[in-house]
Amino acid sequence: MKKYFGLVFIALLIACTKEQVTKQVMNDKIPQQLPDTLRKLNVNTKMAYIPGGEYKPFYSSDTGLVTVHPFLMDERPITNSEFLAFVKANPQWQRSKIKQIYADSSYLRTWLSDTTFAADALPDAPVCNVSWYAANAFAQSVNKRLPTLDEWEFVAMADRTSKDARKKPEYSDAIIDLYLQKDRQFQPVAKSTPNYWGVYNMFDLIWEWTEDFNSVLTTGESRGGKYEDKSLFCAGSATTSTDLLNYAAFMRFSLRSSVKAHYTIANLGFRCARDTMIVKK
Amino acid sequence: MKLRFLTLSAIAMMTGLFACKMADNKQSGTSSDAVNIVAEGTPTVAELTAAPKVPAPVGTRAAKKLIVNLETTEIEGVIDDTIPYTFWTFNGTVPGSFIRVREGDEVTLNLKNAANSVLPHNIDLHAVTGPGGGAEATTAAPGQEASFTFKAINPGLFVYHCAAPPVPMHIGNGMYGLILVEPAGGLKPVDKEYYIMQGDFYTKASTVKKGLLEFNNDKAVAENPDYVLFNGKKGSLLGNNMIEAKVGETVRLFVGNGGPNMTSSFHVIGEIFDNVYIEGGSTVSHNIQTTMIPAGGSAIVEFKCDVPGEYVLVDHSLSRAFNKGCIGKLKVTGDANPKVFKKGGAEKQKSAY
Repeated sequence: MKKYFGLVFIALLIACTKEQVTKQVMNDKIPQQLPDTLRKLNVNTKMAYIPGGEYKPFYSSDTGLVTVHPFLMDERPITNSEFLAFVKANPQWQRSKIKQIYADSSYLRTWLSDTTFAADALPDAPVCNVSWYAANAFAQSVNKRLPTLDEWEFVAMADRTSKDARKKPEYSDAIIDLYLQKDRQFQPVAKSTPNYWGVYNMFDLIWEWTEDFNSVLTTGESRGGKYEDKSLFCAGSATTSTDLLNYAAFMRFSLRSSVKAHYTIANLGFRCARDTMIVKK
Repeated sequence: MKLRFLTLSAIAMMTGLFACKMADNKQSGTSSDAVNIVAEGTPTVAELTAAPKVPAPVGTRAAKKLIVNLETTEIEGVIDDTIPYTFWTFNGTVPGSFIRVREGDEVTLNLKNAANSVLPHNIDLHAVTGPGGGAEATTAAPGQEASFTFKAINPGLFVYHCAAPPVPMHIGNGMYGLILVEPAGGLKPVDKEYYIMQGDFYTKASTVKKGLLEFNNDKAVAENPDYVLFNGKKGSLLGNNMIEAKVGETVRLFVGNGGPNMTSSFHVIGEIFDNVYIEGGSTVSHNIQTTMIPAGGSAIVEFKCDVPGEYVLVDHSLSRAFNKGCIGKLKVTGDANPKVFKKGGAEKQKSAY
């Protein structure tokens, strides 16, 4: 009888869909909760209402439409001064005190001390050299969360005048031109033109963390999992993406697939998002 | 006396057999043999060179452990006279550093992505047997470092390149180079060796910085390059930068083609290749005028310089040479060799009258 249970159990395991397996792998990588308690922060970054809808993501196969529910997104990235307020209120996230598993050695690298950012850094420039864990903690401290990859990409479809500008050749070109410029992260936020949703700086300053940044490529085996055999690497790239000419999106997914949650990078920051029950037309 | 003769014959026969076997091995170039070669000793850092230079030959040394350090960078360089272009590189040059190893060597490749890079990079070495040629193992976000170790089991001249998406863009910006795996015992010594790599470039004016050229995706997809170049720059092998040799010397060119798209018809005007290692492999062909080098492929060409002069290196798809920059020169100095080449017609016969 025991033997039968064993068999049934194995059968069940096999019956599990790939998606569940993928999710499990992801859960291993990113803890759902941070173990320490956070002091809440009174930072009220203005948010834009995004009504959501169905969209066809860059990474999907021919059939896959993804539903994005209505949500709020910070209209611009989190700044140096906002992050400074966060580490002052939560010393465990200061450079000298952060646990090694939460950030690599370049965490807040340019800062002069635990509570002083670089002399030449603008207070309203986006904060960079922050890990996914740190970004996540900041978001929790302001009662928000990081946007999901689909939420971020949904907003990123827009140009100044339309919700989905991906078919316009100049849309991708303009983004790539921005991506090719170095040291953009030192400029202040919300100075360039906002997009259709009133959101600033989706492309011109930094790369941004998303809640599930590694869900597309990096599961247990980096070419396996949910999007099996659809690697964006090398030859795989030819068959993966729905819009092959969207090099800008390629570059974002390439960046996301190359990072781990404790990495901190000179041009990688974040903005926050929040659920909303409001459904506007 | 008789005994001595017999012994000598036996030794001669054995030597003959042994030589045959060696030649056999070289010819077949089987990778399975090299798998079992033991790489001895502590790892040493490999000598790397920027084109057109190549590192010292491996000679007769045994297989060893080598460390190859490469850094990926995104830098502004000059593509044409004074015109700047945003290149992406291995070790700051296009093409990237030349890597020279021996069959059976155990190579640890450390890839560091510069902290001020915008994008992740990696490396796919065609000399590697293993997933992605190392691409997955070496994917490094800006400021990060990644490593992997491989055994060089197939001798030949191989391309390496960045395989981070979008791959054509990374290659189109100059992220390629050559790795030579010499067979046991080394390639036959020659007088001069040079490193030349062709690439096609697709440009447009940057909308952000005036005067700067950048990668043009549309032209790349249409495979319509503005530049086809040796060593990443118009004139990289012209004027003061010509490669040189003397009359009587044998020249070996390690020629690669990074692409991303064009196939090269490599030719040296006024020379005939005595030897061509076809596609960089083990088959040697002789007396070749023009050799085809696929994108992501290579060739080793050898010729003796018999006559002084300037020899023009081209992609014999000639619009690329004369309109898009794929042209270089080899300057051969020394005494004239009228037996091989002289101006003017045949000497007049003395009159019989």
